[in-house]
Amino acid sequence: MTSVPVPGAQEAKMKKLIYVLVAVVALAAAFVGWRMMAPPPDDLDLARSKQTQAGMFTVAIAPESEPVRQGPLHSWIVTVTTPDGAPVEDATISVDGGMPQHGHGLPTAPAMTAALGEGRYRIEGVRFNMGGWWELKLAIAADGRSDDVTFNLVL
Amino acid sequence: MRPRLLTTGVALAALLLAGACKPSNLSEGEARVVATLSLAALPLLPADPSNRVADDPAAAALGEALFFDHDLSADGSVSCASCHQPTRRFQDGIARAIGIGEADRRTMPLEGVAWSPWQFWDGRADSLWAQALGPWENPVEHGGNRVALVRQVANAYRDEYEAVFGPLPDLTGLPEDTSPLGSESERAAWAGLTDDERGRVDRVYSNMGKAVAAFERTIAPVMTRFDRFAEAVAAGRRPEGEAALSDLELEGLKLFMGEASCVNCHNGPRFTDDHFHNTGVPAVPGLPPDRGRADAVAKVLADPFNCLGAFSDTTPEQCGEIRFMVRDGEALERAFKTPSLRGVAGRAPYMHAGQIATLEEVVDHYASAPEAPSGRTAIEGFVLTDRGRMALIAFLNTLEPMDGKASHVGQAPQEN
Repeated sequence: MTSVPVPGAQEAKMKKLIYVLVAVVALAAAFVGWRMMAPPPDDLDLARSKQTQAGMFTVAIAPESEPVRQGPLHSWIVTVTTPDGAPVEDATISVDGGMPQHGHGLPTAPAMTAALGEGRYRIEGVRFNMGGWWELKLAIAADGRSDDVTFNLVL
Repeated sequence: MRPRLLTTGVALAALLLAGACKPSNLSEGEARVVATLSLAALPLLPADPSNRVADDPAAAALGEALFFDHDLSADGSVSCASCHQPTRRFQDGIARAIGIGEADRRTMPLEGVAWSPWQFWDGRADSLWAQALGPWENPVEHGGNRVALVRQVANAYRDEYEAVFGPLPDLTGLPEDTSPLGSESERAAWAGLTDDERGRVDRVYSNMGKAVAAFERTIAPVMTRFDRFAEAVAAGRRPEGEAALSDLELEGLKLFMGEASCVNCHNGPRFTDDHFHNTGVPAVPGLPPDRGRADAVAKVLADPFNCLGAFSDTTPEQCGEIRFMVRDGEALERAFKTPSLRGVAGRAPYMHAGQIATLEEVVDHYASAPEAPSGRTAIEGFVLTDRGRMALIAFLNTLEPMDGKASHVGQAPQEN
């Protein structure tokens, strides 16, 4: 700091302004970078078994083969029961989802392709084409009622 | 003095955040990503159940001959290799391909193409063999017509064809120039064929594609300096000697995985997510609007040579890609396939119609994230410095082949 001459009030103001500008630009850069690189929230619920939103069903998901890899198409088995554990038959399940931090949906259109009995259903055609936080949203309709549930997956 | 110290402190802290860590080493998360980009992480060549000769060496040898055969074009001047030039890593170095005429899109490189579930920039073919059938009949590429092409193969490759596919059907009596996609007279001649005749021609034609696909499956990605580096990182070793990256290259790699977010789409050992994205690439003046994936969905569904069609060697259950593809929505508008970045520095110009001349301008495009001519760009832009641009390009240069030669052609390890 010794090299800095004792400045007039105006000069000091200018310097301060420059520092502030540098800080703002750098913070903006950091923010953009942070948002795109942001890790999933720490408190993300990664449970593979959940109640649907309105509590109509309990839903469990499991990939048909582990590990779930980024890239290839894969299938999931979805098990639907009533809250007291009775299997729900004749359900139809539709699938949606995406990456909340990137603002895009799933790269494929997965679909329920089989009812396997005992409340178990196969979902085919799931792909995750990027690493990070994915949402898998299942809308379940059975016995004239429908409810949905969102699972979080981190690749 | 104190307020100034405070602002200085904030500025320094922000700069540290923005610049992440020192470029001399990778964080644990970065090292994990680097390992996923390594050639060593390349999965086995995926099987293609729709092509029963996909891994038959005799089919590949026939396919190689067809690939280089100029006689499979209207005027004997164009082969697949005219644009997919083996000495230029199977591309041609020009903005838009030139065959019989000029195409609307850039020639795609073929290295590692068999790992990709969708072919063409817009994915209008769901297999390598279905792709190979397009250019032969495209009026600006080979300009051929189906009956003439099939006849040429029957005349020039009878033994080779029959050794792989069995007896050629009788083609005598079919009109000369006949195709479902050609000129008006060619289409009229095609309409005049019986179902049986059309089926016989299409069978041979589809087999030509399957042979070329068998050949193209041997064009595998090759080792680069980056792969040596990534191997060391994955093994927890310090990259040394030829495995070491310079500070600038390493800085570029960190940007690639970090603030620039390139790795979101250019991921995995081929540096592509095999998906379709609108990245706001400008339209080419004078060319009709190109809607990319949005127009390709109907084409692949209507293609008689798709995985679900009569010439596919598999059952519909095996055709996951086409069964579960996204068929509509704004995300398809002007979306094009993420190209691999292996060898990217050596193959200007860039983008699906060669719109961007240099890597510098490509990096600037992604940093500035302009609005798309139609649909919405998926990229968000990032703050780019001159040093950052240099660093990204230095890193991309580490994806050149180590021996400086064209892609290796040989049998890649396969999935059973």
